[in-house]
Amino acid sequence: MEFISRNNQKQQLLSKIATNDGHGENSAYFDGWKAYANDPFHLTDNPNGVIQMGLAENQLCFDLIQEWVVNNPKASICTAEGAEDFQEIAIFQDYHGLPEFRQAVARFMEKVRGDRVTFDPNRIVMSGGATGAHEMLAFCLADPGDAFLVPTPYYPGFDRDLRWRTGVQLFPVVCESSNDFKVTRKALEEAYEKAQESNIKIKGLLINNPSNPLGTLLDKDTLRDIVTFINSKNIHLVCDEIYASTVFDQPRFISVSEVVDEMIGCNQDLIHIVYSLSKDLGFPGFRVGIVYSYNDTVVDIARKMSSFGLVSTQTQHLLASMLSDEIFIEKFIAESSERLGKRQGMFTKGLAQVGISTLKSNAGLFFWMDLRRLLKEPTFDAELELWRIIIHEVKLNVSPGVSFHCSEPGWFRVCFANMDDETMRTALRRIRNFVLQTKGLNNKVAVLKKQCSRSKLQISLSFRRLDDFMNSPANSPMNSPLVRT
Amino acid sequence: MTSTSHTKPNSDTENDTVKSSPSNSGGMRLVVPLQGVVQGRGGLILGSLIPCALFYFLQFYLKRHRPKPSACNPPSPSTSSPNLAELHRSSSRLNLTTRSSVGRVFLSSRASVVAAPNDSPYYIGMDRFRADPYNELDNPDGVIDLGIAENRLSLDLMEKWISSNLNVSTLGGVGDGLNINGILTYQPFDGLTELKVALAGFMSQVMGEKVSFDPSRMVLMSGATPAIEVLCFCLADHGNALLVPTPYYPGFDRDIRWRTGIDLIPVHCRSSDAFMVDIAALDQAFSQARKRGQKVRGILISNPSNPVGNILSREMLHSVLDFAREKNIHVISDEIFAGSNYGGEEFVSVAEILDEEDADRDRVHIIYGLSKDLSVPGFRLGVLYSFNENVLEASKKLTRFCSASAPTQSLLVAMLSDTGFIKYYMRTNRERLRKVFDLFVAGLEQLGIKCMNSSAGLYCWVNMSKFICPYNEKGELELWEKLLNVAKINMTPGSACHCIEPGWFRCCFSTLAEKDIPLVMERIRKVVERS
Repeated sequence: MEFISRNNQKQQLLSKIATNDGHGENSAYFDGWKAYANDPFHLTDNPNGVIQMGLAENQLCFDLIQEWVVNNPKASICTAEGAEDFQEIAIFQDYHGLPEFRQAVARFMEKVRGDRVTFDPNRIVMSGGATGAHEMLAFCLADPGDAFLVPTPYYPGFDRDLRWRTGVQLFPVVCESSNDFKVTRKALEEAYEKAQESNIKIKGLLINNPSNPLGTLLDKDTLRDIVTFINSKNIHLVCDEIYASTVFDQPRFISVSEVVDEMIGCNQDLIHIVYSLSKDLGFPGFRVGIVYSYNDTVVDIARKMSSFGLVSTQTQHLLASMLSDEIFIEKFIAESSERLGKRQGMFTKGLAQVGISTLKSNAGLFFWMDLRRLLKEPTFDAELELWRIIIHEVKLNVSPGVSFHCSEPGWFRVCFANMDDETMRTALRRIRNFVLQTKGLNNKVAVLKKQCSRSKLQISLSFRRLDDFMNSPANSPMNSPLVRT
Repeated sequence: MTSTSHTKPNSDTENDTVKSSPSNSGGMRLVVPLQGVVQGRGGLILGSLIPCALFYFLQFYLKRHRPKPSACNPPSPSTSSPNLAELHRSSSRLNLTTRSSVGRVFLSSRASVVAAPNDSPYYIGMDRFRADPYNELDNPDGVIDLGIAENRLSLDLMEKWISSNLNVSTLGGVGDGLNINGILTYQPFDGLTELKVALAGFMSQVMGEKVSFDPSRMVLMSGATPAIEVLCFCLADHGNALLVPTPYYPGFDRDIRWRTGIDLIPVHCRSSDAFMVDIAALDQAFSQARKRGQKVRGILISNPSNPVGNILSREMLHSVLDFAREKNIHVISDEIFAGSNYGGEEFVSVAEILDEEDADRDRVHIIYGLSKDLSVPGFRLGVLYSFNENVLEASKKLTRFCSASAPTQSLLVAMLSDTGFIKYYMRTNRERLRKVFDLFVAGLEQLGIKCMNSSAGLYCWVNMSKFICPYNEKGELELWEKLLNVAKINMTPGSACHCIEPGWFRCCFSTLAEKDIPLVMERIRKVVERS
């Protein structure tokens, strides 16, 4: 008894934030990661392991970065050539950041938008990755209990990043497959109304453009609708443009910054952009998050709060150098686009060949796969069941749509840019085999069902065959870490 | 000083958990029952309640006389150097609604606190320096900064070491070549294992090799600033409080209070005790907090202390732990200056005490970082070291908001792993600190200015009380302004550190070269001779 009460006492020593589920790691999205962590694929060491297709990381252009770093030793500081800059860089802790860093980031953001807009380096504020950027804006723009509208499906990390320490809520704007999950004015208005009815104060709208998990872009009309909508409600617009440079096909990327410039009467104080170098350049390890706000006060506040997530000056210095190398950057953007497009194409075509469709997309490090026809029934339970099979049988960690708050079951996000070619081929092979097998089985089941319904035989026999497949000892769901949860 | 129309319409958004009462409308309600008391009605209860209430209001009023921020003039984003006069002027501004409005745009109430123009001399001085920094050649009349605890004395040693030892493969070595994949991809958010191992060794070395640190108890973050915020988010809820002996580092007011909503209760220490923490005072503060219904979750100590520069004795650490155990609260020990120990006095980490005591480790947490001892504040490396598994687990998840940058971690691994160099660096650095400290203190002595005995940190705690008039915070701030505007020297007044005794200033000497000291003394002389 004493042990228990001491334990309780110890638990009481921690805060609510430390002990609640706000970190979100108990959701399905992270279960797949756990399965991967327990059995990670390796081409030679563990060829039957789980292939990680749930991590949106861009590993396709590391060789280009490596080449640049090797050829520019002065930029890294930790070299004989760079050492002379060491003292000033190491001691610099001004939260404004190195001016050359901000200028280089602003210039890079302009380039990514085809030089159609200009960015003011003085509005660039650092944060601990885009994760930190989102949290920082939530702290600035909303009070505990207030909410942001977010179109579904959306990146599961938002549930944690915007809510955990801030106490802010997320309110979904439901988008549907019938119109390719486009964000419509109607859906926005409906969501807003619903929130009003539930007495939830909406402080802003959060959009992802290019979209995660869809990989699609917002067209100009939709962007204009969105900007008009937030102006009419006098709420903030937070535009996460973290995948801006991962566009590999037409139509071109249109940033909210382009629309804001054009629209007269738009209150620019409501517009904020979240950016990062983690996706476009493939540097998540560098932890470079950027908040760009058109609102002077927000810039000031965010800058002060950036003390909680400043970018290392060594990294700032390195990036200032790299991003200012215009020739390298242009080459990089073009090359990265091409490699991403090629990779995505291989996957989507390979899947199409076995009858699996994907949402048409031209950006991002993932695609949105349609497995609705493989579901036993159109429910989220069936989706999770299918997903468990994919994790444990097919050994692929893909992310189920339910974790993205998708309104319809059967969709999965598949990341393709975080692996080499050989792994990709293995992954594709596995999916195709699975699909063909399932189709084969389904056909058998369908045939048996027909026979049974005619001859009134027990159907359980055929189900048992399906169950046998699914419950083969090596891959019994009982071994799944999910059973714990 | 404060406007008489001081109102707080949305008091639920403030950090103070003490309920405020609009003093203007309270007037009538107080008079009537007082009449009753005087005329024999109302009785003893009201008779004692009302003076108590008045007393509390007075305390509260005095505590909050520092002007509350107004949001009607948001500073422009590119220049954040506020007008010095705002320190006084803003007190005559009406306290506007706590929701700041720009145009018609609404921001959060947390934002309005942050948006306020800097009203602490600590930050105002910093801004003034940034706007007009002294440079021997380019700006000889600029502001000399003694306000920021930065160590510039030994960076040359590191530069030399880097140029002879490192090359690009430090960023991610595989044999002789660079394999950059290692630092580009997502890393464990709580830091590279190699760096934790290297830091465990470094911390042990810094703290006299008398205690060893376990890398698995470490969580790395982008600075001690996020480290302490994350720790506080784990230990206390919005509205809870920490006891903090004064004087304390002004940055805590932002780092801990801004976003967590946790309150800091100052526990005043006095010069007669060499500003050492007094357990009786802690006890009293704890009881008072309890009486007003505020939950104290921990005590935050700095060891070596900032701004005074004391090293806490073994006995004191034992006493603090005993106190925490008795009250069932946490102990946060900020040991970020442990290696800047120029006085030769033995530094004892709270970790060492736990080795001896072997009890109740779950309540003890250490904050460390490389900004001071290793002089690399720009690199953003902070450490949360905890003996509490649950705290480690929770804080690891929170590090995704403030992770250290991978290439920097690689560089630090390389540097810290050269233990021979590190030993040499730490020793030389201490010697240089000692030298500058001695010269600085001697220079002040010649001006008739005494410092508190200190043995660690990058600063000294200077007693300027005989130069201030009147002998109170106002007088102190006037001297501070004179020093900043006339002498062009930025030092941090004790009131910014919540020191209860006026006239003390923190002067950081580690940004100075030896040759700068005479100039600094000359400038100070100009001001104090006139006082």
